[in-house]
Amino acid sequence: MEFFHIECIHVLFAIFMKGTIFDIKRFALNDGPGIRTTVFLKGCPLKCAWCHNPESISSVIEEFIQVRELDGQRFESTQAIGEFVTSESLIEEIAKDKEFFRQSGGGVTFSGGEPMLQLDFLSDIITKCKAKKMHVVIDTAGLCKQSHIEKVMNQVDLFLYDLKIIDEEKHKTYTGVSNDVILKNLEFLLQNNANVIIRIPVIPGINDQEQDIVKLEQYLSDKLEYIKEIHLLPFHNSAESKYRRFNTGYSFKGVKSQDPRDLVNLKERFERKGFNVKIGGM
Amino acid sequence: MNTRINKLRNQSLEAINKLSSERAKLLTEFYKSEEATQCSIPVQRALAFSYILEHKKLCVNDGELIVGERGPEPKATYTYPEVSLHSMEDLEILDQRKKVSFKVDEEVKTIYQSSIIPFWEGKSNRDKIMKQMTQEWKEAYKAGVFTEFQEQRAPGHTVLGDKIYNKGISDILVDITEAKKKLGADETDKLEELKAMEVAARAIVKYAYRNASELERLASKEKSEDRKSELLEMAHICRHVPENAPTTFHEALQYYWFVHLGVITEVNPWDSFNPGRLDQHLFPFYQKDIAKGALTKERAKELLMSFWVKFNNQPAPPKMGVTAKESNTYTDFALINLGGLKADGTDAVNDLTFLILDVIEEMRLLQPSSMVQVSKKNPDEFIKRTLQITKTGFGQPSYFNSDAIVEELVNQGKDIVDARNGGASGCIESGAFGTEAYWLTGYFNIPKVLEITLHNGIDPKTGNQLGIQTGKVEDFDSFEKLMQAFERQMNHFLDIKLEGNRRIESVIMQELPVPFLSLFIDDCIGNAQDYNAGGARYNTSYVQGVGLGSITDALTSIKYHVYDNKNITLKELVEATDHDFVGYEKLRYDLIYETPKFGNDDNYADSNALRVFEIFHDAVNNKVTPRGGTFRINLLPTTCHVYFGQVMQASVDGRKDGEPLSEGISPVQGADKKGPTAVINSMLKIDHTQTGGTLLNQKFTPQFFNTGESITKLTHLIRTYFNQLGHHIQFNVVDADTLRDAQKHPEKYQDLIVRVAGYSDYFNDLTVELQEEIINRTAHNIL
Repeated sequence: MEFFHIECIHVLFAIFMKGTIFDIKRFALNDGPGIRTTVFLKGCPLKCAWCHNPESISSVIEEFIQVRELDGQRFESTQAIGEFVTSESLIEEIAKDKEFFRQSGGGVTFSGGEPMLQLDFLSDIITKCKAKKMHVVIDTAGLCKQSHIEKVMNQVDLFLYDLKIIDEEKHKTYTGVSNDVILKNLEFLLQNNANVIIRIPVIPGINDQEQDIVKLEQYLSDKLEYIKEIHLLPFHNSAESKYRRFNTGYSFKGVKSQDPRDLVNLKERFERKGFNVKIGGM
Repeated sequence: MNTRINKLRNQSLEAINKLSSERAKLLTEFYKSEEATQCSIPVQRALAFSYILEHKKLCVNDGELIVGERGPEPKATYTYPEVSLHSMEDLEILDQRKKVSFKVDEEVKTIYQSSIIPFWEGKSNRDKIMKQMTQEWKEAYKAGVFTEFQEQRAPGHTVLGDKIYNKGISDILVDITEAKKKLGADETDKLEELKAMEVAARAIVKYAYRNASELERLASKEKSEDRKSELLEMAHICRHVPENAPTTFHEALQYYWFVHLGVITEVNPWDSFNPGRLDQHLFPFYQKDIAKGALTKERAKELLMSFWVKFNNQPAPPKMGVTAKESNTYTDFALINLGGLKADGTDAVNDLTFLILDVIEEMRLLQPSSMVQVSKKNPDEFIKRTLQITKTGFGQPSYFNSDAIVEELVNQGKDIVDARNGGASGCIESGAFGTEAYWLTGYFNIPKVLEITLHNGIDPKTGNQLGIQTGKVEDFDSFEKLMQAFERQMNHFLDIKLEGNRRIESVIMQELPVPFLSLFIDDCIGNAQDYNAGGARYNTSYVQGVGLGSITDALTSIKYHVYDNKNITLKELVEATDHDFVGYEKLRYDLIYETPKFGNDDNYADSNALRVFEIFHDAVNNKVTPRGGTFRINLLPTTCHVYFGQVMQASVDGRKDGEPLSEGISPVQGADKKGPTAVINSMLKIDHTQTGGTLLNQKFTPQFFNTGESITKLTHLIRTYFNQLGHHIQFNVVDADTLRDAQKHPEKYQDLIVRVAGYSDYFNDLTVELQEEIINRTAHNIL
């Protein structure tokens, strides 16, 4: 009877463990090792001026009108941005590609938005992934309580940790928040020997100036032995159509996408400091 | 490539397709002779073959290392009036049409009018076959429910095994003598078969000697000492092979080439004969010659390249009538197999495998085509090297699963060693090389059968009562009832197709023996039976299903909108297709965008694919053919999905009147929106090992292949598909034109993923500016 009771609670708990996601991308090749499924969780405490996923910022499910043309006619349909899903249905979707993960050394990546924002849901789904022996990556901007990081840290195989701007004021200007907690959390992860790849989105005119790079070098200099790799992500303006679609302002309108080759100098600069550096994702 | 090869390659590329009346003329001369009237059909055909080889014009191209052309010069293509006779009108069309024309000069036209047509009219195999066909077969054929391969070309689809690398013709003649001794006194038919094989065997040796003499004559006039000694060496080789087993790399290639020419001169077999496991067959010679110092890697490459050019010099014999519409391609599908498994089941990849991949990459010729057989036992380097070629946008080599092929063949009851020595030929068709006669009999238009079912047996394109009456759409009160009607209609048309095949096969068994080909396919000699009459160890007749994606999406549309969500009645849906969706645009929009589709790893849709597969499989597989073989299915279209789309009106999945069907087992163009892993999972819901091959195409932009890591990930993608016994995958690297088309017709390219900078996204979702950037990068191949 006691056993039955526990089972019931477990089932109830499972039913209620829901989270808001806005996309699931299979055959993701740039969000960690191997072939991966990337789950994008909705909601983000940062408001980066260059955000590629503007639809990820709000944590509520929004709607937009999708317009398509067919046979010379325009069709409008209301589409939801985001979906409220149970961890059960999500793990089922993720597990569909487990053969690809196994073959390629891939797995699942939780990105966003900021995945750490939905801690309980994230922790639950990660536990389910680990039960299926999947490789788990979290792609985070690092703005959360340290206790949150602590909760998932041991089950996460790799953190893709976004580092945008070292200068605190400048960070506030372009992301709306201070980087104080972000940097502390990164240090906490490194002290605890977590696997960390630093991802730096290189934004023309914002964080690619000499003083920005120097500060970044200074900040990273004593962390060399703890950091697995640095990834330099070239700026791309692919989000422009999204901003248009969601009718929100975009300050990078018309800014050209960066050619990955433009980042070679920067790459070599970090390499000279002893870091493993890649341009683009994995 | 060196100057010599470059010159030969350019000559081949620049040579103009033309019809040669040489074979038709010699054949007719022979058939008019006294001798021809006094022998059995097999011997008659062998003597005709011998007569052609004895009198045909010889051709030695300047600088070439492998000798022999089918016609009097490169790309001069023979006709086969005893198989199918071109009319004067056909000749005119071939000469004039814009796409892949064959020049027909006045001399050819005169000969055809004065002697070829008058002699063969009513006597060709095609005429004989057509006389046997029932009215319902003819009507279904005309309506585009199925096509028929044997109507214009002789059965082919076989690939050479390792026989010629161990036996010369003189050894084969000994085998024939032995086989004769085993015959009973009353087995006169079999004796005639063996006599015919003897005649054909001697003919090819004589032809090789003729070439030797010609090479010696040219050598005597040659000014360059280097070329002179080369010509003499080639002459020496032609006096050694095919009469004797080859002893060197060069001899092995030349022997094969003589056999190839013999096979495609004897008759016009479908989907060309080819050497199959070339890296396996040649490797012992390569190793030995290299060890002796008689061959360098460079010279081996040069010989292979010269060999490659020979294939490209032989276009597929041109067709006639409606068949010309079905297939726009005039390559002959000689598919070189690389890698795979050895007879003992171990990794077969060797140094020569990689050398041949270099040849494929440098030659970039349409013919021969090439594929890699990938087994779990093969190293990743093999796949990665091949992906480097795929990346260049050249449609070759394609990727096949050796382990699946072996399982398919063993499932069919073949010996494991014969299975491991097999591979794929033509497009994707599995076969046991050197031991199997596997005929493709025609494509079958599965979506057309649903169209007919939805009109109670009437073909809406013509208004004719083409099928059986399986009920009005109003009366299908459940999806299951519709499926039952569809299944009955499928069985009806497949019965017609199989009955047609039986009649055709019986005609061919009697009237169209191929004694020369029979020499090389086991166990024709031992059985004293022709390749075309069931003499091979294994005999299979395939029906190729077309439009799995289209039929699945059509059934899913009906289930989703009519029965599960009750958005529309079936009658209304069919009416919309009758009107080509004019006035029903919103419905078409919903069918395209708001309906589950095959290829997205969604069981709602995929389960219908499985159901169709089972209906098709059960209606065909394991039924017996007249030559003692079995009927089987495979799923490939070549280019027939285009023709099959043309014979259909709009369909319930939103496809417009005349638009192409889906190809192979691939999803409907653009319907897969969850990326390649989802596509692969959908494809794995059908059991590939119950087929003789399936075809899956996936589109990628060149940027996908840009780093070592992405190549590794694509390697894993292939491995995962193949570990679960997927049969074949091909990566189409899209070009700038395709991307331009995607801008114009986004609904057809919902699946198109492109790599932006360090990440990928759907092409449709990008801004016009970014699309332009990707197009520019693709056009200039900037990775």
